[in-house]
Amino acid sequence: MMSGRPLSPDISAECASEHASGQSAHVPASCGFPHAGSGSVQVSGLASTPASEAAASGATARSASQSISLQDVTLARGGRVVLSQISLAIPQGSFVGVLGANGAGKTTLFHALLGLEPAVQGSMQINAQPVRRGHRSVGYMPQMRKLIGGQFTGWSMVASALHGQRWGLPWYGRAGRAAVDAALAAVDAQDLAQRPVAALSGGERQRLLLAQTLLDDPSVLLLDEPLASLDPARMRETVERIHTLARARNMTVLMSAHDINPLLGLMDHVLYLARGKALLGTVDEVITTKALTALYGAPVDVVRAGGRVFVVAEGGGSALQEHDCGGCGAHA
Amino acid sequence: MLDYDFMRTAFLAALLVALVCGPVGWFLVLRGQTFASHALSHVGFAGATGALMLGLSPLTGLAGGALAAGVLMGLAGDRVAGRDVMIGLVLSVAMGVGALFLHLLTRSASAATALLFGDILGISPGMLGWLALLSAGCLLGLGIMARPLLFATLQPEMAEAKGVPLQLLDVLFLALVAIATAECAQITGVLLVFTLMVAPAATVLRLGLSPLAGLGAAAGLALAEAWGGLILSWYTDCPTSFWIALLGGAGFLLVGLVQRFRA
Repeated sequence: MMSGRPLSPDISAECASEHASGQSAHVPASCGFPHAGSGSVQVSGLASTPASEAAASGATARSASQSISLQDVTLARGGRVVLSQISLAIPQGSFVGVLGANGAGKTTLFHALLGLEPAVQGSMQINAQPVRRGHRSVGYMPQMRKLIGGQFTGWSMVASALHGQRWGLPWYGRAGRAAVDAALAAVDAQDLAQRPVAALSGGERQRLLLAQTLLDDPSVLLLDEPLASLDPARMRETVERIHTLARARNMTVLMSAHDINPLLGLMDHVLYLARGKALLGTVDEVITTKALTALYGAPVDVVRAGGRVFVVAEGGGSALQEHDCGGCGAHA
Repeated sequence: MLDYDFMRTAFLAALLVALVCGPVGWFLVLRGQTFASHALSHVGFAGATGALMLGLSPLTGLAGGALAAGVLMGLAGDRVAGRDVMIGLVLSVAMGVGALFLHLLTRSASAATALLFGDILGISPGMLGWLALLSAGCLLGLGIMARPLLFATLQPEMAEAKGVPLQLLDVLFLALVAIATAECAQITGVLLVFTLMVAPAATVLRLGLSPLAGLGAAAGLALAEAWGGLILSWYTDCPTSFWIALLGGAGFLLVGLVQRFRA
């Protein structure tokens, strides 16, 4: 979303995130705000909550090599600029929650990282290589939509993605069948293998989708709204499952979500998209009244209650969209 | 009945056509493009009547018309292929053009019946060679693209991200459908292409078989229905197309009923 203001050239301030361990996973982000007078906002860490401690201790175990990096990237969709001059770097193994209102550019960012939509300007690298379509080490889980082929078993559904880009018959061979079995086992879906997909619940179908993304043994996972249409208990279970998998395989995960709360305590970083800008940092750096107010350019309150975080806009949410205030619906 | 040449030819033609219609129909039903194939057969009808006017064989016109429409439909993508109104319009315009061509033809009545409802007993040995060639080409093409086509059908976004050329597959597949439709129309006629393309495939898809088994079973069921129709037509003197249509509908219903009682 473009703000009405002209873009100031010096918006790439660095939001350094110092982790509690002292081993710094340096996370520069385009967290500059074209805010009259204030120039750039330095986001400092707040008092540690249990959530951020968990995130920080997880971060210590990983190397600081960059998994995803964007330099001065502008993305457009349908001729409209969605994200403008974004620069950020995400270290290998980081678990990142991608937040923002509908239309803030979450899906556009994912499409760009998949090489499906070229950037208007700037450069993007994954594992130090320029992004391109069909990158084997990038796993993508699209949003769940209308089910096609619901009569197939879970096994057949997962297997259809195994080297699905190769020409020939859908014949998998012994190694292929073993790979499908292993992917199913990784998400505890062996019991779904012989059931028709149409008979499965949303959470169970979600697990099959996740198994499909694991087939190529990716090092980067892009998950588009994996929590949509799940109940709260399933949401948490799903995030935990993905988190455990990511840790075990040292995968970098970008997961978009409408509500921040299911991700709390498990994600290392938040990537908040609004008004064509991106803000990357830990939860305590990004989800603050000051940082989000600056990002939106409008008064936004961050309220913490009962171990949960709520993003609330003044004046009935003119700055935020309906789904933007994480969890506020549940407490209304 | 196999003592007669025309019956032997008919059985062979049914074999060649059913082996293609089953698997192509399987993908067609899975992709939700059955209406598109119905439209292709109608464009083929206009092509066939046009070919008759020019003194060419109807199969040439049928295949040519359907192929052109299929490729155009694939190139237009979701703008056309997923829209009932667009397809319905193409279908009715094509049918209208076909009616005009028929009107201009002198021997219109018999030609029209053969095109619309099929004339399997009138297939010449020479035609058999053409059918064999088209069938071999179709099966080869389907064998090459089955795997990415399955992926693209079940998980289009994921497939696109993995580098599967969605639009190319769409065009290639609709071209295959066009040729299969043209072949099928030789047996069932333009109006009843559904009976052999869609009915066996839809029945098999209800069974929940794995993709490869399903493709094979669709071919087998299409063959059984085509040959069953021929045999019944021999003994009852009713048209073959009638029996194939009836068998297709009955098979679909039967599988549905059995599944309901099992559940």
